[in-house]
Amino acid sequence: MIFLDNLINGLSLGSIYAIIALGYTMVYGIAKMLNFAHGDVIMVGAYVAFCGLQYWGLPPVVAILASMAICTVLGITIEGLAYRPLRQAASLAVLITAIGMSYLLQNVALMIWGANPKSFPPTFINSTTFRLGQLRVSSATVITILANIVIMVSLTLFTAKTKMGKAMRCVSEDRGAAELMGINVNRTISVTFAIGSALAAIAGVLLCSSYPILQPTTGSMPGIKAFTAAVFGGIGSIPGAMLGGVLLGVIEIFGKAYISTELGDAIVFAVLIVVLLVKPTGLLGKPVREKV
Amino acid sequence: MSEKENKSPLLEVRDLHVFYGAIHAIKGISLQVYDNEIVTLIGANGAGKSTTLNTIAGLLKPRQGTIELIGQSLGGLGASRIVPKGLSLCPEGRRIFQQMTVRENLEMGCYTRPNSEIADSIADVFERFPRLKEREKQIAGTLSGGEQQMLAMARALMSKPSILMLDEPSMGLAPILVEQIFGIIAELHEAGTTILLVEQNAQMALHVADRAYVMETGKITLQGPAEELLHNEAVQKAYLGS
Repeated sequence: MIFLDNLINGLSLGSIYAIIALGYTMVYGIAKMLNFAHGDVIMVGAYVAFCGLQYWGLPPVVAILASMAICTVLGITIEGLAYRPLRQAASLAVLITAIGMSYLLQNVALMIWGANPKSFPPTFINSTTFRLGQLRVSSATVITILANIVIMVSLTLFTAKTKMGKAMRCVSEDRGAAELMGINVNRTISVTFAIGSALAAIAGVLLCSSYPILQPTTGSMPGIKAFTAAVFGGIGSIPGAMLGGVLLGVIEIFGKAYISTELGDAIVFAVLIVVLLVKPTGLLGKPVREKV
Repeated sequence: MSEKENKSPLLEVRDLHVFYGAIHAIKGISLQVYDNEIVTLIGANGAGKSTTLNTIAGLLKPRQGTIELIGQSLGGLGASRIVPKGLSLCPEGRRIFQQMTVRENLEMGCYTRPNSEIADSIADVFERFPRLKEREKQIAGTLSGGEQQMLAMARALMSKPSILMLDEPSMGLAPILVEQIFGIIAELHEAGTTILLVEQNAQMALHVADRAYVMETGKITLQGPAEELLHNEAVQKAYLGS
């Protein structure tokens, strides 16, 4: 029973990692950059939802939508102001800018909301606990896992079927050739950031529904874990982000439960190192041919 | 020629200068392409042929000079905004979308046109490239070199361009496939497509083209009817290996 309990908790945590990892993996696949500020967009999303619920008295669904809308605008703004001017610059410059953006967001959050942790209010997401015999599953767990599945299916359909989704795949594969098709590369990258950031808002709310402590650094560790998950699954691959995220969550919870609570994170990263040694492109990643 | 000089060109490039950092790659070239002709740019490796095409297509920004398509300036427009104006480049090395199917590649070629036109356009190119129809659902990266070249050309035609620019379509292909590709170029010409062709295979290019420009180190050194250049001693010595 404890095993099942841990498994379900692992799947739930892993689903949150997977949703965050999608943002990393889509941006990496299409804009060819690591957006280290992504974890902090999660934090902003959680704070906006928190304000909506706590101060503005919004119904939970409206608060979540507001949080998604603001994160979408934030993502597009970050991309347009900080990353777009560096499109032709060395990737190291972009990386440093992303790290700077991460600190900027954390410190702005510190100025607005202060350093004291806020307690995320309960919503419909974590309102009930289901009982299956001896097994107790919180509704947050169920909703998180379902949300992950719905998001994965929608994104897979979006990239496979829609015009914008296909344009994203083209930009991801060959930016110059995509331009020659008449695809507006900047707009495509903006849309990618918009989707990633909206997902970050959802991840922020789900994260705080299961772990209701909110502070300006709330997004960093899940952000880094989700980045690890994206690399683990094969960065640039949407199913890879899902697989990597879920596996990482399960490994983390099992590691903490059966090996050592303190070493939980170390175990996660040790598994990553082993996977990358055996398969450097990640579980589902494809080897990329370097263009001459 | 005299008849053509009275008409205004479809594509007119004047005094184009392109730099790669400090390197002056294109040093003031001018060229015209008239309706329904094949014009070829020939020259050695590094002469600036591809750079010229990439600049016209908007992938590179010229430092100086003008590019006009049907009297409209393309100055400063990026590649994605030039395509809907009727100019399509089939780039060097094909650059098809390897992970997409043949059909998806063709659909992307139609990106700037209304969705309602996709089916008709695909039917048109399948008629010209029946091999692609057989491979419709195949992942493009698994096609043979010749098929990939056909796909790249078909994809470039999907936007129904006024001018099709082909960059080294015969590169890396077996001689029999080279013949096939040039056969297709001739067919497209007969069907009324205007083509600007860059080729290292000067022999084949001059046979299929109406007019030609010879480029050397970023400049045009010779120009004229293809037939004439084919018999020009300097051209024969430098590019035709005789």
